[in-house]
Amino acid sequence: MAIRSLKTGQFSRSTLVGNPVIMPGSYESIATVSVGSGGATSISFTSIPSTYTHLQIRTIQRAVDNVSGDHPYIRVNNDTATNYSWHRLSGSGTTATASSASTQDEMRYGYNTADGSYSSSIFTGVIIDILDYSNTNKYKTFRFLSGADNNGSGYIDFESGLWQSTSAITRIDLAPFQGNFAQYSHFALYGVN
Amino acid sequence: MPAGKTYTPLATTTLSSAAASVTFSSISGSYTDLVIVVNASFQNNTPMYIRFNGDTTNTYSETFILGTGSAASSGRYTASGLGGNGILVDNWNGTSGFPSTDISGNAFINIQNYSNTTTYKTALIRAGNAGTWTASAVGLWASTAAINSIVIRPFSGNINPGSTFTLYGILAA
Repeated sequence: MAIRSLKTGQFSRSTLVGNPVIMPGSYESIATVSVGSGGATSISFTSIPSTYTHLQIRTIQRAVDNVSGDHPYIRVNNDTATNYSWHRLSGSGTTATASSASTQDEMRYGYNTADGSYSSSIFTGVIIDILDYSNTNKYKTFRFLSGADNNGSGYIDFESGLWQSTSAITRIDLAPFQGNFAQYSHFALYGVN
Repeated sequence: MPAGKTYTPLATTTLSSAAASVTFSSISGSYTDLVIVVNASFQNNTPMYIRFNGDTTNTYSETFILGTGSAASSGRYTASGLGGNGILVDNWNGTSGFPSTDISGNAFINIQNYSNTTTYKTALIRAGNAGTWTASAVGLWASTAAINSIVIRPFSGNINPGSTFTLYGILAA
């Protein structure tokens, strides 16, 4: 049976067995950046409100340059100190590989992202979860799922990342390994309550 | 400025009897991403495919990573390998597909920028068959067409009753 909020008019369903659980109002779009014809050396989400519990970034992205092992990266709150680390599980289509890095000045993600070596209409899909981003008692944990398939090549990546700071996240910058994000790359930031 | 609440349920199918496939049609182009949540079991130990806009041509390919509890592996299917069936969602490398018992397999399928008519379509998939395997994959549909229909089907046999498939739309600001 559908339940409709008198306040918002939004429908939800009961959590009885057989009904999917729907949590209206718990996922909200905050900001979007679309890369234009000139490309972009980086994209930024600034003045992120602290009113959510978690953040999610959903993107399709492509680097203009053709670099082996191309990987974009994230920085938080303009922090360029060695406060970042990550662990990655990557599938190349032939081999599953684990890797990690610590005390880095950036958080890399999406090994071998779509770039100039991929067919021109292929973009890497990326979903980034940032947990408890405004909690000033915790270091910040990131979770990545990303991949691009190029019909005979490509990668699928899982990754967890750490920003060793208890500061609330108010700014996120993403950039390709080198050069620009290509036109039609698209980045959307969401808040989760 | 926030654009407001999103992650909208667009359609849900819960099978009351066995079915050869599940279809989401007339999908609105007004969202940014689609998410499909699957909790299902099949009559046969067989792959599950997702096919877009009724396209049966060799335009699907994917790369996957798989864990069976004893080993991690990676593989891929090219367009000729998938042969127009669609993007494979389970039974990678010939391991068990979705179970035929009361314990369902599950899949979470993200289709990014599905209505973008400039880019090919990328699907990020996480799936698992409890007690047997867990996996993730990236699938490509080499078409710039906006996705307006999705068919989900096992390669052979039927989907068992009680299986659920839910389609969500996510709208960016």
